[in-house]
Amino acid sequence: MRGVCIVVFRQAKWSEPLIFEIGGDGRIGHIVPEPGEEVRRIVDGINIPEKIKRKKPPRLPRVSEVEVVRHYTRLTQMSYGVDNGPVPLGSCTMKYNPRIGFEAAYDPRITWLHPLQDEDTVQGLLKLLYLLQKWLANITGMDKCTLHPAAGAHGELTGMLVTRKYHDLRGQLNVKKEIIVPDSAHGTNPASASMAGFTVVEVPSGSDGNIDVEALKTVVSEKTAGLMITNPSTLGLFEENIAEIEELIHSVDGLLYYDGANLNGIMGYTRPGDMGFDIAHINIHKTFGSPHGGGGPGAGPVCVKDRVVNEDKSIRLGDLLPGYIVEYDEDNDKYYLLGPGKHSIGLLKAFFGNIGPLIWGFTYILMLGAKGLRLVTEQAVLNTNYFASKIRKVKGFSIPYGENRPRKHEVVVSAEKLYEETGVSALDVAKGLLDAGFYAPTIYFPLIVREALMTEFTESETLENIDKYVERLREISETAYTNPEEARKWPINTSVGRIDEVKANHPKTMAPTWRIYLEKTRK
Amino acid sequence: MNPHPWIPNSTDEYCKVIMEELGIRSIDELFQDIPGKFRIKRDEWDNLEIGFKEPISEYEAWRFIDESLSMNKKLKTIPFLGGGVYPHYVPAVVKHILMRGEFLTSYTPYQAEISVGLMQALFEYQSLMAELLDMDIVNASMYDWGSATGEAFLMSLRVKRGRRKIIIPHTMNPFHRRVAETYLYPHDVSLVEVGVTEKGTVNISELEEKIDGETAAVYLQNPNFLGFIEEYAVEIGEIAHKHGALFIMGVYPISLGLLEAPGKLGADIVVGEGQPLGLYPSFGGPLLGIFAIRNDRKLLRQMPGRLIGLTTTKDGKERAFAMILQTREQHIRREKATSNICTNEALSAIASAVYLSLLGPDGLKKLAETNYYHAHYAEKKLSSLEGVETRIYSGEFFNEFPVRFDHTGREYYEIHRRLLEKGIHGGIYLGNSYPELGESALYAFTEMHTRRDIDLLVEALKDVLNG
Repeated sequence: MRGVCIVVFRQAKWSEPLIFEIGGDGRIGHIVPEPGEEVRRIVDGINIPEKIKRKKPPRLPRVSEVEVVRHYTRLTQMSYGVDNGPVPLGSCTMKYNPRIGFEAAYDPRITWLHPLQDEDTVQGLLKLLYLLQKWLANITGMDKCTLHPAAGAHGELTGMLVTRKYHDLRGQLNVKKEIIVPDSAHGTNPASASMAGFTVVEVPSGSDGNIDVEALKTVVSEKTAGLMITNPSTLGLFEENIAEIEELIHSVDGLLYYDGANLNGIMGYTRPGDMGFDIAHINIHKTFGSPHGGGGPGAGPVCVKDRVVNEDKSIRLGDLLPGYIVEYDEDNDKYYLLGPGKHSIGLLKAFFGNIGPLIWGFTYILMLGAKGLRLVTEQAVLNTNYFASKIRKVKGFSIPYGENRPRKHEVVVSAEKLYEETGVSALDVAKGLLDAGFYAPTIYFPLIVREALMTEFTESETLENIDKYVERLREISETAYTNPEEARKWPINTSVGRIDEVKANHPKTMAPTWRIYLEKTRK
Repeated sequence: MNPHPWIPNSTDEYCKVIMEELGIRSIDELFQDIPGKFRIKRDEWDNLEIGFKEPISEYEAWRFIDESLSMNKKLKTIPFLGGGVYPHYVPAVVKHILMRGEFLTSYTPYQAEISVGLMQALFEYQSLMAELLDMDIVNASMYDWGSATGEAFLMSLRVKRGRRKIIIPHTMNPFHRRVAETYLYPHDVSLVEVGVTEKGTVNISELEEKIDGETAAVYLQNPNFLGFIEEYAVEIGEIAHKHGALFIMGVYPISLGLLEAPGKLGADIVVGEGQPLGLYPSFGGPLLGIFAIRNDRKLLRQMPGRLIGLTTTKDGKERAFAMILQTREQHIRREKATSNICTNEALSAIASAVYLSLLGPDGLKKLAETNYYHAHYAEKKLSSLEGVETRIYSGEFFNEFPVRFDHTGREYYEIHRRLLEKGIHGGIYLGNSYPELGESALYAFTEMHTRRDIDLLVEALKDVLNG
């Protein structure tokens, strides 16, 4: 049924010039519509004050449509996504992006809608968004969702600003200054807390991978405004002390924030709302199948428990959410947009939200339903543990923290032993994986694991590919122990070999744009 | 449960192989560490309203979406709406490049050697945008114009440490202003507003009165929210610099085919909306936040967002790309990062790179001209209608302008409803943000609003006002 074969991989290598170096004078890539005779006659010329008129045209290339298509097609061939093969980046949940989602998101009945159109003209879209809000609330066990934030970190900032506003409305902002994050947290967590004006306090993980509750007790105080965690953690472990943590944080009137990056590991088994979280963000581009697009766009809806904020004024946490919430008026069978209201933190981007990814995610949930989503989680967890079980047996690799505990969406493998015994590092391992036509795991993260290879196959990966991946890691290990010098030459099958990062970052040679590059090389 | 096409191991056979490897009898064993009181019962989950509970076929899903979207109202022309997001035609090539799975389904290029094409495309976006703006450095994107403005204001507070005031024009896009207020909420900063002259542009003497040594930045939007061209941008920048403040400009990139580039006007930071360059309005997202700076080390160190740099391979033989200055970013610097941004709008940036390549300098100029012509044609036609005022301010406008209906004796809401009945969607009602303009609306015109479309609007308005 299954066979392991050694992968032969060659990535395209076009040595493709920059778009600035292609084309020639007079070429055009697109015909722009021009105003007709009558329009020109009536308008009678362009009248722009001399001092604000553009003097020199921008130095854009002059290329034909054919050249543009070839150029960018060649660039895609020197790129790698889930459509090419496994991308087991831990905490990134790089699952297959079902193409029906594209069809829906790029339907012209959506793409040509202006954000300020009358509600009456967009009832169909609002219906889909209304359902998505409801489904996300049910999936997370929360009461109210906003689809406004554009990304996970944008959702985190939303959550932290809501936390700030909560304490503000309770008149305790002068005391509530600190946000606690575990040392295994994503970098966005402390960055978001800090952007919202909080001081960040770190709490260590114990050897079982859970938060060290005793250590947590020493940092929790009246100053605690809230705690941000992912559960399962970035180690892929379910936080077993969550009940105690929840009680501790709520006992000082802190809010519990759920980073939804790892939601793929628990759907159908537990929900942030059931665990006592007050605020949660969801990464549509991780858990719900919209693509990452080389870095974005994503969508980061935020859901909250509608707990009371201020008894006298009967303000609820849901009232603090930013953006526009879709509501349904049953009597008139009409969907409408509400907000941002008086107590809302306002807007975090100009308009509703990232409709494309949201509709893609809607389609994903629509096709799977509750039962399908549980299947997603089960298969993702099976894949993780299968890989963990196989990689444990490969020389040089280990799985630190809670060694015998089952993993959820991901597993963090350490190449510390390999590095100590052969000098071959996690970085070298990553490059060796690229050479076999696989994307590498997230490396050197979480920070608490040395030589970390944070691996998440998701439910989309075939057993055959996981076997091949392990087989490749076994080959890498063998090379490391027999011929470690070889490993430092990797990758050799990719479009280019190892990159000069020092040159890239040195003030003398740094070139963030073509014009700066030209300036520097002319000198 | 039946196997699912997106989940290749969801067959009994594969599950058995995995469970044998793990030495477990039931999948449930992998979830035993979730405390019982937090576990959701199988039945309870199965009965939650999440999709249709059970998996459905792609065709059924499509039918559902298709039938829902048919509830959207079909209009005779695209809406005459702008205000930061504009309908511009998207060349077929742009969409087809975006559909390429190697870009579409890839992650942030953490492994540079296998992602060199993606990085080159992003570098080209940064470089093309730099030429359009005449700025030195452009990041790989922010979420949208609004959030880019919020980040620019925060950046100005870091660069001008200790200063606590940011000056904004009355004609700053009110949505962007609302976003900036949210970003500034945790900070003790005052946004001070400067009014407009009879031209509809920034009142410079008022600016001079309000600016002081406390001012971290002066923001100028060009064309401003009401569509007027800020003729004295250079002077405004000079006033900002004289007081040691940063000069931040917000731009609508299509206008730069005709209007002077912000780099030539003295801008230190430029923000803007990249959506007009090859992206659909899409009910407001995904958009593309433009963020650019002058080549200044102090500014660069405080810049938010991802940057791709041109370099070589280690052996120096081949051109290559790398993410640069990552020590500013959250995954390295954590709570001390310049921003928390991680996922950005990379694919939107690539769309813009493709778009700018297709148009080139001549196409962009022609496009700006067509936009100008269509808007000015509309202005002439609308001004001929009884009681309709199109020259509330005397300044020059680019492709949108406010239209006042006070003298028609009608409320704008009623006019809008009647227009909609005729399949025409009018402009943005201004009464909420600009009550001094009475019953006014902001009308936008692009190359997509042809003469026929504009004539339809004018005819429909005439009917409504006479009816």
